[in-house]
Amino acid sequence: MEVRILGPGCPRCQEVEKRTVNALAELGIAADVQKISDIKKIMEFKILATPGLAINGKVKCSGRIPSLEEIKRWIQEENRG
Amino acid sequence: MNKAAAATKARKRETQKILWLPMILALWLLAFMNLRAATDGLVFKLLKWPAGSHLVETIRFFLYEVPKVLLLLILIVFIVGIIRTFFSPERTRKILEGKSLFAGNVMAGLLGIVTPFCSCSAIPLFLGFVETGIPLGVTFSFLIAAPMINEVAVVLLFGLFGLKTAFLYISTGLLIAILSGWTIGKLKLEKYVEDWVYRIRAEGEIPTREDMSFRTRIEAGISAVKEIVGKVWKYIIIGIGVGAGVHGYIPENFMASIMGKSAWWSVPLSVLIGVPLYSNAAGIIPVVQALLEKGASLGTALAFMMSVIGLSLPETIILKKVLKLPLIFIFIGIVAAGIMIVGFLFNLVF
Repeated sequence: MEVRILGPGCPRCQEVEKRTVNALAELGIAADVQKISDIKKIMEFKILATPGLAINGKVKCSGRIPSLEEIKRWIQEENRG
Repeated sequence: MNKAAAATKARKRETQKILWLPMILALWLLAFMNLRAATDGLVFKLLKWPAGSHLVETIRFFLYEVPKVLLLLILIVFIVGIIRTFFSPERTRKILEGKSLFAGNVMAGLLGIVTPFCSCSAIPLFLGFVETGIPLGVTFSFLIAAPMINEVAVVLLFGLFGLKTAFLYISTGLLIAILSGWTIGKLKLEKYVEDWVYRIRAEGEIPTREDMSFRTRIEAGISAVKEIVGKVWKYIIIGIGVGAGVHGYIPENFMASIMGKSAWWSVPLSVLIGVPLYSNAAGIIPVVQALLEKGASLGTALAFMMSVIGLSLPETIILKKVLKLPLIFIFIGIVAAGIMIVGFLFNLVF
């Protein structure tokens, strides 16, 4: 599973990263988690606002800090499919 | 327990959680309505301090204003947080695509108020708007309105000066955003956008917002309160502290000579000082209130405040990546000019 956190490094993106790592730990799922701060690479995901969260190349959320529950749900969705 | 029982239990918990909301609102109202009586009672009856002394006045001002502003802030940030869940940059972009020029500016300004926005999003947003063909001027109207008209500023203005001032702030902010963006559009400054921006083409599906349940929206409101009030409450206390000191100690018309109406140069001067300064609304508004009390005219004070809040150095630095320097200066210049015009108008009218 490929997880990408999209953001230039402001506190909100860090919060998303933290929650994502927690979600993965709670679900016991291993994944390749990377933070992308370069604006050109971020734009490849076509989001309009940071922070953004993408799993296996699909953008699950952008422009807000998702809840731990939401992140877990998306991880499980991607894990099944 | 079996599944059915678990489901019923979960639903019961859900209902209980929803009941919290009206209870908290009722508590809020109770606190808010009794604030003046409570603080006066504390200062004069309980502590038996003399009325009229500078120190007592300062403390009384502080004790009343801090909880009042914090309560207002919590309420409005919560409400705006919920409103914002109905808007997203993606939706805003969809709405703005294909609008004719001036209508686009108006919509962009209005949407700038309700769309969630943080300055680190300025670039993705700018790029995203431009690459779907939204005109430069319309994008600017959005980028000007979003930081300038923020709910913290509106709440503080309402709490400290009343509905009229808050409303005036919103409308003039909008006006400046719309007209500045429109002007920038008319000047045909596209050549000052960094070239690589226009080379990104929109391909494929843009992910749209999932529908949120009511409960998730409430949670978004709550987390907005935690995030914003948590970030800002210290500045509010400091700002009100400074304001309280000015309120209690500085004589009535002290500011009149420097920032009063008769000093016509006070408007451009305060904008010039305000532009390079950057503060969040929470810190600067209580100071502005104190200045007003001591004779600064409304137009000058508002101009000062708008230039501090509306144009921020961090955001300008971020925008430098996508805009060439001449455009940045023109952008700042036009907004500053707009603020000055508003300041002058206010001084004339009020």
